[in-house]
Amino acid sequence: MAEGETITGNRALQIEEPLLFEMDAPGQCGVDLPDSGPFEDRLGGLERRNPVGLPGLSEPRVIRHFTRLSQKNYAIDAGIFPLGSCTMKHNPRLNERLARLPGFAQLHPMQPESTVQGALALIDTLADWLRTLTGMPAVAMSPAAGAHGELCGTMVIRAALDARGEKRSTVLVPDSAHGTNPATAAMCGYAVEPIPSNARGRVDLALLKERLDDDVAAFMLTNPSTCGLFEDEILEQAEAVHAAGAYFYCDGANFNAIAGRVRPGDLGIDCMHLNLHKTFSTPHGGGGPGSGPVMLSEALAPFAPLPWLVHGAEGLRLVERAEGEAARAIGRLKSFHGQFGMFVRALAYMMSHGGDGIRQASEDAVLSANYVLAGLEDVMSLSYPGPCMHEMLFDDRFLKGTGIATLDFAKAMIDEGLHPMTVYFPLVVHGAMLIEPTESESRQSLDVFIRVMRALAERAKGGDTAWFTGAPRLAPRRRLDETTAARQPVLRWLPEEASAEKAAE
Amino acid sequence: MNDLKYTREHEWVRMEGDVAVIGISAFAQEALGDVVFVELPEIGKSLKAGDQAAVVESVKAASEVYAPLAGEVVGVNEALNDDPSTVNSDPTGKGWFLKMKPSNPADFEALMDEADYRKFAEEQG
Amino acid sequence: MRYLGLTDADRRAMLAACGAADIDALYRDVPKSAVLADPLDLPLHAGEMEVERALAALAACNLSAADAPCFLGAGAYRHHVPAAVDYIIQRGEFLTAYTPYQPEIAQGTLQYLFEFQTQVALICGMEIASASHYDGATACAEAALMARRIAKRSRVVVSGGVHPHYRGVTETYFRWLGDGLDLLPPSLGDEDLAACIDGDTAAVMVQNPDVFGRLRDLAPLAEACHEAGALLIVAVAEPVSLGLVRPPGEMGADIVAAEGQPVGNGLNFGGPYLGLMATRQRFVRQLPGRIAGQTIDADGRRGWVLTLSAREQHIRREKAASTNSGLCALAFCVHMALLGEEGFRALARLNHARAVALADALAAVDGVTVENDTFFNEFTIRLPGPAAPVADAMAERGILGGVPASRLFPGVEDLADCLVVCATETVSDDDIAALTAALKEFV
Repeated sequence: MAEGETITGNRALQIEEPLLFEMDAPGQCGVDLPDSGPFEDRLGGLERRNPVGLPGLSEPRVIRHFTRLSQKNYAIDAGIFPLGSCTMKHNPRLNERLARLPGFAQLHPMQPESTVQGALALIDTLADWLRTLTGMPAVAMSPAAGAHGELCGTMVIRAALDARGEKRSTVLVPDSAHGTNPATAAMCGYAVEPIPSNARGRVDLALLKERLDDDVAAFMLTNPSTCGLFEDEILEQAEAVHAAGAYFYCDGANFNAIAGRVRPGDLGIDCMHLNLHKTFSTPHGGGGPGSGPVMLSEALAPFAPLPWLVHGAEGLRLVERAEGEAARAIGRLKSFHGQFGMFVRALAYMMSHGGDGIRQASEDAVLSANYVLAGLEDVMSLSYPGPCMHEMLFDDRFLKGTGIATLDFAKAMIDEGLHPMTVYFPLVVHGAMLIEPTESESRQSLDVFIRVMRALAERAKGGDTAWFTGAPRLAPRRRLDETTAARQPVLRWLPEEASAEKAAE
Repeated sequence: MNDLKYTREHEWVRMEGDVAVIGISAFAQEALGDVVFVELPEIGKSLKAGDQAAVVESVKAASEVYAPLAGEVVGVNEALNDDPSTVNSDPTGKGWFLKMKPSNPADFEALMDEADYRKFAEEQG
Repeated sequence: MRYLGLTDADRRAMLAACGAADIDALYRDVPKSAVLADPLDLPLHAGEMEVERALAALAACNLSAADAPCFLGAGAYRHHVPAAVDYIIQRGEFLTAYTPYQPEIAQGTLQYLFEFQTQVALICGMEIASASHYDGATACAEAALMARRIAKRSRVVVSGGVHPHYRGVTETYFRWLGDGLDLLPPSLGDEDLAACIDGDTAAVMVQNPDVFGRLRDLAPLAEACHEAGALLIVAVAEPVSLGLVRPPGEMGADIVAAEGQPVGNGLNFGGPYLGLMATRQRFVRQLPGRIAGQTIDADGRRGWVLTLSAREQHIRREKAASTNSGLCALAFCVHMALLGEEGFRALARLNHARAVALADALAAVDGVTVENDTFFNEFTIRLPGPAAPVADAMAERGILGGVPASRLFPGVEDLADCLVVCATETVSDDDIAALTAALKEFV
């Protein structure tokens, strides 16, 4: 056997793990349930006739399975996770503990309102913090995540325009906008039109003004932008948008750079979704669940989705029907009352930081990003001059002629124990590398990051192409074949005989 | 290869008798990367020029293939369902997408020739 | 401040390294008039103990379903979640990971998503499944949009037995897509869905068990749909039922859209939950949401990636929006792994047994009528007068006695006296006795 190879294929702490279904030990079970006893069923003859096909496993086997899987994941708990525009900051464990208090976690969403006044007060308190931080008068709490919040905001704008009796058909989106914008607009019957950036990486104000007319429903800005820049002409943008009778939508994905220092309401924003899982530290959980409350101006508030939380004579109550004060609501976007478990976590984070700490966190995020920028700008190619906000954008000019692409550079970071930055986004520059260190990192951690990135950049320029194109070598897996995965999709486990049959087809 | 005409949406057309054979250009397949899936139209469908005729999906992106001219779909390349990689390996040959019977055969002449298309594609990219 | 990585000394040194005199210099692009002059009117930072005290005080104002006999269902179900589930989902490698965009260092997430997809497909009796959606309601809306893409027709017929929130979200998603929904009125009577199908019907959406708890054989409806070139979408609010009840796939469903909360996930006052969606292999290219797929790495070893993502973006750009609920999917996956074949079926059986015991006990109360001929773990009872005040009175007494149908369907006169009651494995004989006694008193 060659050095490094093992009998099992395992590598010490990295243990190869089969699928649950490949470990089936019929008769084993990871739970003990009481016997149902005799009863006469009321299934009307609709009893299941066939086995489900689930594997039988004991509790220790299940724990071991998922523990081994967990060891194949990178996570913020393990190291710096500088994914630009994703805000991978520390997830406090206090938040987890509080979300699990039985008085929150074990509340049924359809309990009578009199039995959930504490939960409703929590939502109301969180809404207050959000209103204060944004300087915007209303908030829709139910959207499930950022993209859902964007859908909500766009629908609210559409409803408001409908109520004004205006038929507008275009939403203007800067070419550096966050990824999900066009999908959302299309669902509300709007066509998306890009507004190019200027040489400074900001929205070209002259082009924006030129394009604004009575066919434009909204301008959807991301500020700070995905180039890591504050839109320094945002007040002029707002004025122009409003002069055209359109609404000013802001994607709040990057609110974490300015929270506590700048209020979007003061910038002329009419509508903005926030990502509680970005700015307010609720965990990303490997891809959800998130939470995407939407801040609304006075003019848009009447169209907020159901349910509404209102103060009544007998305490807080939920308005679950589009009638009375909520007659113009766009309807429901989600079951029940939103991502309540995420509300608990976000509020715990806000209370821990306080108004002073939220501001400090924003400043530290911006300072850390600028520190990294200063540490790297001479060896990598910065797309736009600083200072940056909470993230900075590099492109692949520094790799020109090396045969190394942005992706290769990212994969080499993996071997160094760093999670790569966001790559190939935004689309406004070639081979984008968007780095967001967040306020959670210590200076030592930032120094290590800078040192490794510098060394990799030097190595790349030195022509060691194979080092990069062959990376990663030390991760649980090397590069995966995405073409085969998409050409012959295998999307579930099948029993061996079924797999063989399928292959023979 | 100068019997091919092109559109600004990167489709190519070749007339075989009174039937137009349609596919995507070598430039387009290069830009898309590894093609993983192709959705073809129903035979007998009438299309206007610019209507969506097919969908091509790569690892990176999915995009529409538009009818370069008006007419009726008279054939589709079923072989792409089994092996979409043909679009990459032979885009203007075995990687064709569909055949149409143009309602106005003169439409073909209005499309770009190879030289014009090459110039257009270079500007694009 | 305990969550911040920098000291004041660090900040000074780092500002110097950036060539900035102070932090304001880094914010110089913010228009002067928009910079807050004063601190916001918010409390100052607080320690763990203070925050815990404040939020625990709010939690204490609520009546936890764990402390009361609880018969609430209607789209959210209280089940016992094994201790191992919460332990696994709190592992930082799962909790604090991002969407697996770098598959080489996200195989843990990708493998459990692949396992989750398999579990969902198996319990639904379908061929494939997505890697989760926000919740059951958004999964239903997505399923309706998906059916339109497949059938290339515009209208979707929605049964009156579909959960009002599933109906409501679907309605909102369809609001600007033109005339596309036929919503049948909620009713405890029969409805003839097959008669609503015409040449423009893309799909019929029906829930099983329905919001009133009734089960029905969907095979004839599936046949009617297919004959007319339409799809059958089956919504499932309580996936535990699939351990005992014939799954939608075996009755001819084309798309299953379900709520996943009851497996592995707590009530959490309504969220976060997770949506499940399963379908036939031939519709895979129209299935929204993220999907994990199997492949090999450069050394030929088996591994997993997010796949068909180009298609996903394509669908989304035009017609839909979706994301997933990864950690809730993990909780589902771990719970389902612990249950296995034997446990899943035993759990379903136990739920049904508890509900049968409850139905028998309530049927014996004077003035109470059980409306269902069939049910799984939930059914509807009719009281001699409005149900909402009775539910409120029972809550005052510390009993969560059921969801008034008037909260689900306000203004529907025939339902005003109805209460939807549910019994899972967590309901004890004492709980049943408490509800029976309370109903005797208040009815």
